[in-house]
Amino acid sequence: MNLSFWLNGEYRHEEVEPDTMLLDFLREKGCYSVKCGCETSNCGLCTVLMDGKPVLSCSVPALRAEGKKIVTLEGMQKEAEEFGSFLADEGAEQCGFCNPGFIMNIFAMEQELSDPTEEEIKEYLAGNLCRCSGFVGQTRSIKKYLEYKKTQKEGAEA
Amino acid sequence: MLKIKDYVKVKSIAEAYELNQKKSACVLGGMIWLKMGNRNVSTAIDLSGLGLDTVQEREDEFYIGCMTTLRDLEMNRPLNEFTQGAVKESLRHIVGVQFRNCATVGGSVFGRYGFSDVLTMLLALDTWVELHQAGRIPLPEFVNQKKDRDILEAVIVKKTPLKTVYLSQRNSETDFPVLTCAASLTEEGTKTVIGARPGRAMVAEDPEGILMGFAGMSRKEKKEAALKFAEYTAEHMSFGSNMRASGEYRKLIAKVLTRRAWESLGGIKA
Repeated sequence: MNLSFWLNGEYRHEEVEPDTMLLDFLREKGCYSVKCGCETSNCGLCTVLMDGKPVLSCSVPALRAEGKKIVTLEGMQKEAEEFGSFLADEGAEQCGFCNPGFIMNIFAMEQELSDPTEEEIKEYLAGNLCRCSGFVGQTRSIKKYLEYKKTQKEGAEA
Repeated sequence: MLKIKDYVKVKSIAEAYELNQKKSACVLGGMIWLKMGNRNVSTAIDLSGLGLDTVQEREDEFYIGCMTTLRDLEMNRPLNEFTQGAVKESLRHIVGVQFRNCATVGGSVFGRYGFSDVLTMLLALDTWVELHQAGRIPLPEFVNQKKDRDILEAVIVKKTPLKTVYLSQRNSETDFPVLTCAASLTEEGTKTVIGARPGRAMVAEDPEGILMGFAGMSRKEKKEAALKFAEYTAEHMSFGSNMRASGEYRKLIAKVLTRRAWESLGGIKA
């Protein structure tokens, strides 16, 4: 079946089987940052943005992307590099398998919540599981990253 | 594994209804639960192009399109003001934001899942469902009907003035609930719903009228009534065991959550 959608800013026309999930389709198209972790919609590894909202690509039929804007980590390299340095500074990157989905959800959170508390951060990211860490390093890195972005924004406005 | 032969993004509910009359056809909700099963679907019916993905606030009701995501419901300010945050509380523990951006209200209600937080919450409100063929029917009637080939278009929450509260118990954050409890107090009376028993959510009856006149009771009377009704509910409702908890444990939790819910509605801090 035909599928027309935006992938990381590029308008694409593709052929897709009716039962292909977005996760498998995106990996077929070379977006290897999108990982399959649990396939039970629980781990958040397959998180991508669909029209700006974070969704689990393992649970979205590829055909639901028709006309939508899909963004994976491949489309946010600069931002990912910026946040990645905060993650690394806190020793929170660990094995790295969960990082792409985790980072995509942080970008979504950044758009949705302004100046979130630690409690709000934890609640927003509850659907991103990491089996290496206890989320302590990640939480530290997010707080420092958000503080950095806030200072940057305030500096630009001054 | 889920296999789909044909995928149709329908242009009307009537088209969806017609396609759905074939037993091997299937209406897609958020796909969260459906995709985990082993099923061969001849025609997958996608309702996402029908504009049924919003919550409309009307004069006397909230009209929730079947494709509204749980996240949109959670973030809907008027609905949450109307329910004093209970709807948000019933949703915010369900896995994560990404999950709730996929799962739909229609899928959760039509599936009548035992573990459903949403169903427990909605049953405590004055909720109706709008079906293409059967029209509007009360939610309690719908959940007890046998699943048929009708199409659920919307869930309607009537603006019957109420005080409501939602509580749940989980073994770990984001897991299915071990038990859910929603209670509401209106001018007409009281309603208590217990879900994840682990069977489908059920209204806990009050044949002895323990909560009768609750709003007008003194603080002491409210506290006593909350405890007495919690004990009655735990004793008379059926609870089962699964990998998350035993029936005995659920019975104990039901007593605690029911008491807390009614203490909360009575303005008594637990």
